[in-house]
Amino acid sequence: MSVQPATQAMQPPLLYLDGVTVSFDGFRALNGLSFVVERGEVRSVIGPNGAGKTTMMDVITGKTRPDAGQVFFDGGVDLTRLDETAIANLGIGRKFQKPTVFENLTVFENLELAQKCPRGTFRTLVARLTGEQRDAIAETLRIIGLSGREATLAGALSHGQKQWLEIGMLLVQDQRLLLLDEPVAGMTDRETELTAELIRKLAGERTLVVVEHDMEFVRNLGARVTVLHEGAVLADGTVEHVQSQPAVIDVYLGR
Amino acid sequence: MTASPEFLLDRRGWALFLGSALVLGIAVPLLNYLPAPGSPFRIPDYLVPLFGKYACYALLALSLDLIWGYAGILSLGQGAFFALGGYAMGMYLMRQIGTRGVYANPILPDFMVFLNWKELPWYWRGFDDFHFAVAMVLLAPGLLAFVFGWFAFRSRITGVYFSIITQALTYALLLAFFRNDMGFGGNNGLTDFKDVLGFEIQAPATRRALYVASLIALGAGFLTCRAIVASKLGRVLLALRDAEARVRFLGYSTAHAKLFVFTVSAILAGIAGALYVPQVGIINPSEFSPASSIEIAIWVAVGGRGTLVGALAGAIAVNLLKTWLTGSFAETWLFVLGALFILVTLVFPKGLVGSLQRLTFRRRPIASAAARESMR
Repeated sequence: MSVQPATQAMQPPLLYLDGVTVSFDGFRALNGLSFVVERGEVRSVIGPNGAGKTTMMDVITGKTRPDAGQVFFDGGVDLTRLDETAIANLGIGRKFQKPTVFENLTVFENLELAQKCPRGTFRTLVARLTGEQRDAIAETLRIIGLSGREATLAGALSHGQKQWLEIGMLLVQDQRLLLLDEPVAGMTDRETELTAELIRKLAGERTLVVVEHDMEFVRNLGARVTVLHEGAVLADGTVEHVQSQPAVIDVYLGR
Repeated sequence: MTASPEFLLDRRGWALFLGSALVLGIAVPLLNYLPAPGSPFRIPDYLVPLFGKYACYALLALSLDLIWGYAGILSLGQGAFFALGGYAMGMYLMRQIGTRGVYANPILPDFMVFLNWKELPWYWRGFDDFHFAVAMVLLAPGLLAFVFGWFAFRSRITGVYFSIITQALTYALLLAFFRNDMGFGGNNGLTDFKDVLGFEIQAPATRRALYVASLIALGAGFLTCRAIVASKLGRVLLALRDAEARVRFLGYSTAHAKLFVFTVSAILAGIAGALYVPQVGIINPSEFSPASSIEIAIWVAVGGRGTLVGALAGAIAVNLLKTWLTGSFAETWLFVLGALFILVTLVFPKGLVGSLQRLTFRRRPIASAAARESMR
């Protein structure tokens, strides 16, 4: 790898998982998983079913508490001590595997709730949208191709549109680290392409971790790939590099 | 057009609100007061406190709809909050009796003399003062809901488990208030009230005033609930009702949001109880019975959850039916109530208002959005 600029070398990585272990009823979903995500990076995480990809996201976002290990965000904070709300407010956003938009709210309202702003209960009670915030939502609607649909109930959207709405919710949230769990599942080829483009555009300014099964999409992202197997890192590097690893071919690609 | 309703009520809503306020708040008392007795236009005296009672029930139903309809929290403790507000008011009314009780004791209420108590328990102090009593009407249910909710929501107790523990809370209070040594009149509760704020409690004019006060409380309660559900917090509540975990991942504290509405709801129920007691003339532990809390849920379900207006309609419709049936065919009432609940659950899951709304318009203008699109 190339020599990193001095300023970046002084900064700790944005995300650092250190020996994270999670067991469910004796099954080790994560087995001493360690890896590092640098600032501004796009990282693809792949692996066969049960490799621990979603569990890893659950640990980072506070949904699951690990039995052992730590997760450091932005140098100092140990995420394993915080709950979901606190972690979200540190700047970590998540898109779920199954699109989970709020079906009984309109597209606009989904974005309004996601938009970055004070999250306190009383602040929320008296919150009024400013013109700037409306503009930001309108801009996001344009990016995700849902302009004109703002008054539609999110539950009435197609699967692909829900995926995009959820990506839009991540965008207005303005988080530093975005965790995308299978963002293109159920999307058409054209939508998949647009999503890859969007992710590449976001990189640099934000850091993204993308869990995906679609190898074509991963190649399209051009990102560094981490292969998980049985809850630990099996291989790591460019798409070509990991694809040439015999171990990877055995457990995943060769099938 | 705005995608989100940030207004309190739309124009039609305000017209309806002010219109019914005018009719119920001014016409009813006037028709009770002005026409001569015997005139067909006269509203008889016995109906005024009955209407007042309905207004209290409607406010109670509203308090449940706020948390059940919008935040998805089925509290079976609303009856307890209602009763606590009622007891706080009842204690004030007991202190107003003074020496006019059967035993004419200047310090102790009759039931304490009867039980051979020597002095007034410390928690009865202050209830001579109306302002103190009003503060307790708000504080007792509010504080109980806050503390109870704090533990429950922090421990992520949701759904049916929350319903069960609120029901257990209600039942525990029922047993406690039944005990004579609690100092709240035991089985008989508090009754024989003479006057409120110096006015004779049975006098038609006082009855009218209590009725109007109940209506004002109902109107204010409605606007409060409406303001909450029309706010961004209202949308957070709707969101967490359907996908609570997702709301947490957006960075909102769902526990705090729920705690807020649960406490507001308990205070509204307490106010309803406080206005109810002087109009029916008694408060006893039966108000804590789990069945009455369940009945409140049936009012809301019949009227339509998550509409506020439905809660009002349901409370009034079911209680009209109850008044009629318990008067004419008393033994059928519980069967009818049960049947009503089953019928609503199976056939009209959206309740009266929800079903009507589906016929006329939807909460969200999906149809209009689709129409606009097709016009392009």
